[in-house]
Amino acid sequence: MTTPVEHERTQVDPAGEEVRTEDRPWQTLVWNDPVNLMSYVTYVFQKLFGYSRDHATKLMLDVHHKGRAIVSSGSKDKVEADVAKLHAAGLWATMQRSS
Amino acid sequence: MKKWTRTGDQVLGRFDRQEAAVVRGLVSQIQDMLLARAEEAPQDELAELTGIRTGPSTPPDDPILGRLLPDFHRLDPDAPDPAEVDSANALRSLHEPELLDQKTGVAAVVLETCPPDGGEVRLAMEQAEAWLSALNDVRLALGTALDVQDDMPDELPADDPRSPHLGVYHWLTWVQETLVEAVMS
Repeated sequence: MTTPVEHERTQVDPAGEEVRTEDRPWQTLVWNDPVNLMSYVTYVFQKLFGYSRDHATKLMLDVHHKGRAIVSSGSKDKVEADVAKLHAAGLWATMQRSS
Repeated sequence: MKKWTRTGDQVLGRFDRQEAAVVRGLVSQIQDMLLARAEEAPQDELAELTGIRTGPSTPPDDPILGRLLPDFHRLDPDAPDPAEVDSANALRSLHEPELLDQKTGVAAVVLETCPPDGGEVRLAMEQAEAWLSALNDVRLALGTALDVQDDMPDELPADDPRSPHLGVYHWLTWVQETLVEAVMS
């Protein structure tokens, strides 16, 4: 009796995991670098994402003090477009699936 | 050069002859590097048929171009995840042509609006934003070449070969900083 149940479980679980992995949103990360100006990074966050001055400043300070910050998240297409825009502005941005 | 000032929907600056030559010279150099990279893009029939351009799938060897055209994923330099490398290469190939257009485009705006002999620079907001991106690209390039760090001193010892260039870098930092202030005011 035990074995079939276990067997069924191992068949179901990996499929479930698969769906959950696919559903996990993507994140846009910006990394600290010694060249970009704090004022410019704040300006870029406001302009590209429409963030308030306060929110953009908080994200900029996170990048500066913690070395990186998640600045946007969502579908792969959205995050990919956000990273492309940040690269055009000269920021060091990457994307990853949220963990 | 005095600080940039904002008047209505325009930003005004003034460069003397030497300052204009420095800005134009550096922006031109970056533009040339980017155009040379664009010429490395693979030519294929499918791209010509579909109009969908593809760029190189591998990062530039040159560290300056590498900083201007970063990877889409943060890869472990010692043990990169092969799946992430594949993804980063595919994303680069897809996005790099447009990124190169954007960067050479903002450089062109600077070259069109900064008089070769110096003088007044009068920018619409969109042009000022292009200047910000172009100045940032120049500072990224110089910063990479000079190995600028967070704790960079204002001056290096006189015998350091980077010393004269660091002065230009700091001046460009000031030009960009005051332009951000003017645009945001």
